[in-house]
Amino acid sequence: MLTRRWLLGAGLACVTLPGALRAAPFSELLASARGQTVYFNAWGGSDAINGYIAWVGRQVAERFGITLVHVKLTDTAEAVARVLAEKTAGREEGGSIDLIWINGENFKAMKEQNLLFGPFVENLPNWAHVDVAGKPTVLMDFTEPTDGLEAPWGMAQFVFIHDLARVPDPPRSIAGLFRWAAAHPGRLTWPAPPDFIGSTFLKHVLYETIGDPTRLRQPADPATFEADTAPLWTALDTVRPHLWRQGRTWPASGPALHQLFEDGEVDFSMAFNPAEASTLVNEGRFPPTTRTFILEQGTIGNTHFVAIPFNASAPEAAQIVADFLLSPEAQAKKQDPTGWGDLTVLAVDRLPEADREGFDALPRGPATLAPEQLRPVLLEPDASWMTALETAWRDRYAR
Amino acid sequence: MARPLRALTRGGRDPFLAAPWLAIALFAAPLGTGLAGTLLPAFGWLPALGGAAFGVAPWQRLLAMPELAGAVRVTLTSGVLGTLGALALAVIFVAGLHARPVFAWLRPCLLPLLAIPHLALAIGLAFLLAPSGWVARLVALPLGWDRPPDLATVNDPAGLALALGLALKEAPFLALMLLAAAGQVEAPRQLAVARSLGYGPGEAWLKVLLPQLYPQLRLPLFAVFAYSLSVVDVAIVLGPATPPPLAPLILRWLNDPDLSLRFPAAAAALLLVVLLAVSLGGWRGLERALARWLRPSLGRGAAPRCEPLLRVGGALSAVSVVGLGLLGMLALSLWSFAGRWEFPALLPEAWSTRSWSRALPLLGGPLWTTVWIAALCAVVALVLVIACVEHEALGGRRPTHRVLALAYLPLLVPQLAFLFGFAVLLAYLRLDGTALAVVWAHLVFVLPYTLLLLREPWLALDPRFARTAHALGKGELTVLVRVKLPILLRPVLIAAAIGVSVSTAQFLTTLFAGGGRVPTLATETLAMASAGDRRSAAVGGLVLALLPLVAIALATAWPRLRARRRQGLP
Repeated sequence: MLTRRWLLGAGLACVTLPGALRAAPFSELLASARGQTVYFNAWGGSDAINGYIAWVGRQVAERFGITLVHVKLTDTAEAVARVLAEKTAGREEGGSIDLIWINGENFKAMKEQNLLFGPFVENLPNWAHVDVAGKPTVLMDFTEPTDGLEAPWGMAQFVFIHDLARVPDPPRSIAGLFRWAAAHPGRLTWPAPPDFIGSTFLKHVLYETIGDPTRLRQPADPATFEADTAPLWTALDTVRPHLWRQGRTWPASGPALHQLFEDGEVDFSMAFNPAEASTLVNEGRFPPTTRTFILEQGTIGNTHFVAIPFNASAPEAAQIVADFLLSPEAQAKKQDPTGWGDLTVLAVDRLPEADREGFDALPRGPATLAPEQLRPVLLEPDASWMTALETAWRDRYAR
Repeated sequence: MARPLRALTRGGRDPFLAAPWLAIALFAAPLGTGLAGTLLPAFGWLPALGGAAFGVAPWQRLLAMPELAGAVRVTLTSGVLGTLGALALAVIFVAGLHARPVFAWLRPCLLPLLAIPHLALAIGLAFLLAPSGWVARLVALPLGWDRPPDLATVNDPAGLALALGLALKEAPFLALMLLAAAGQVEAPRQLAVARSLGYGPGEAWLKVLLPQLYPQLRLPLFAVFAYSLSVVDVAIVLGPATPPPLAPLILRWLNDPDLSLRFPAAAAALLLVVLLAVSLGGWRGLERALARWLRPSLGRGAAPRCEPLLRVGGALSAVSVVGLGLLGMLALSLWSFAGRWEFPALLPEAWSTRSWSRALPLLGGPLWTTVWIAALCAVVALVLVIACVEHEALGGRRPTHRVLALAYLPLLVPQLAFLFGFAVLLAYLRLDGTALAVVWAHLVFVLPYTLLLLREPWLALDPRFARTAHALGKGELTVLVRVKLPILLRPVLIAAAIGVSVSTAQFLTTLFAGGGRVPTLATETLAMASAGDRRSAAVGGLVLALLPLVAIALATAWPRLRARRRQGLP
């Protein structure tokens, strides 16, 4: 195994080159992209997001003659596994995926195994509008430099969701939440890791229990991992019997947790999008008294991206789509809380007047916090922490 | 006696000679290569991933997986209880109710219930049984609960909800198989004799018919068990998430970016086969013991006094199988149009078409894909199966009927155990991710069901019809098209409709053969259902159920219309 990793690493330098050569000037891309089909592999668990991607599909068909097919994943890891399997099977071109919605450990895995096309991002005309200075995570995915291999798509920040009518004054720390759970048995749970909402919840527990959070910027050290995470497991073991279903089982995903919240089975939900709760209120799924909050220590914020596999069948059209996703028009449409409500990666204040209006006109939903209330923003721990945490979680809780 | 007669009247050669071999080559071959493609990596051999030596490392890694013990427990519990439950429901349903007038109403419900894909029914059932579902709301109102109880009524760690879902869904299948088998043993006369000896209708059925019918029920029963061991879609909706049953767990490992997990995944897929073999072996042993124990009492003719019990049981099973199915579908319809719908309320507080208007544009493409794939599968399977059974009816029975029995194998092998290797074969042929591959994979399952439904009515057809036509100088093909098909129109159409339903319901096969690039209603609906959004899952479930239901409705209505037009004609 070690030798395989090493071989892959050694191969990295020579194989990136042809990729770099393939990134042609953008104007030439337009011509070759026309008529191509882009298989966009993206998590398909949200109606609002699926609806937005369908809108993007109509736009790129109309403007560039590109057919966009949304391959709906339940976990982005599926797409990574598929590209890796194709590489192992020797399929160097004509791959089955053209564009992946990605970040974090999945990006790291693809980058390390040399599965990505590019660098292509700075070649995209709309890259100029991206808020590189104000949103450093557009260049640093968790602790991994993006190196132009993935184009930023949206900003995310973790928020907790509650109903004012049931919990008027929610606790603003993990310890407080756990004490609250002990006093209100069966009313708190989180999605089972490796679901990304569940994993991110665990990261917040880790932030609060590790003592020195700066350690999370470094890769997890297998030698001290046990000791580093001992307080985390103590906290989880203590709260477990007070959780929903006595902590014997967990909901499968973020949307499943939303459904439990909607049904009144639990009193808290969680989202990686500050506007998601408002969207659900607007849809009549959550009560109008729904609100969001973040922890005193802050909550994790990150950027999500799109990337192109090394063996994509339609890399030209995939780049056109990635550029369209970055356009002020598509970004404003995405931030509309009556649709998806996902925050933009662009520097809105530096946009031309006409483009800025699209953002200024957007309403802020009833349950959405103002930008100044969404601070502090915690950085994602190094991806190795999550991998180790997920393994340890399986050992202890997935039996 | 029939052979010389036919030799006398039959002119040409058997035009269907190649059919069974073609069927086997096309559909048992994937099974063989698929199983091999799972067996090799299960013992460490998969050169593409650096596995070049045989060994037991994959098994060691599998055994060290923390989820394994729990997953095996859930898989076995839900599989065994689900199958036994389906058997009990089906037998009690038919035995307890067959002689009652209400049976004329209940029997036609079985076919649509069979046609509704598992996934749609599972979503409906989850809406009924969840702690916040209709059943709990009925209890909550009088008791004044304002919050759902903290009880795992679905997704329970033991897998009981999954077992219940499987039992309810498979019971109509087994009941239909029982009724079809009863049609071949002169049931009414035997029952009349038994009743004249003083048995109640249910007792007579249990004592006289069931022992004769059971051997024919064995294949469907084992198919139900094999299916429930490797089912993924129903398991995701009704089964526990931590630890999940083996099949979803294997799927998770196969989808993991850590490709080395594919070795223990292959081993686990093989473990499914082992579990199946051991369970079926145990079942056969139990059968024999039961037969030895019951034979004296059956032979002695002592009357079991269980008639009232059977009636109540029959009513209960009808309520659960038909009633819960219908209620589940009703719940799906309501949720698909629901706006806000808070916990104890029995009906939504607000109505909305948002879920439909949002989902329909997304489902349009997959719906079309599903329709044409299902139609193509049903037609190809029909042509092949008719050719096969024609061949058998024409006397080819002896050399090939064993070969043809191979066609049932895909029903008796856990899907995951060969889909894994089948996907490798497709990739090798550069067919992976194409609609053609999906059609092929679906046919592996549509074919045996078509055969199961069509073989008996075909062979039971009075040979004198064909002989008369032969005597009038007509060839085999003319006889088939002009004589046999019109007579057997109803079973042929129903087999086609079930073919459509089987293809529509395929989730795992579509996933593996289509490589995620051929979205069908089943894959889209599961994506919606596993996302946990009840409203869009309801829309998906309804659309998914609608297609097979339309097919069944057409299949049952057409012969009736035709018969009306042809009244009085020969």
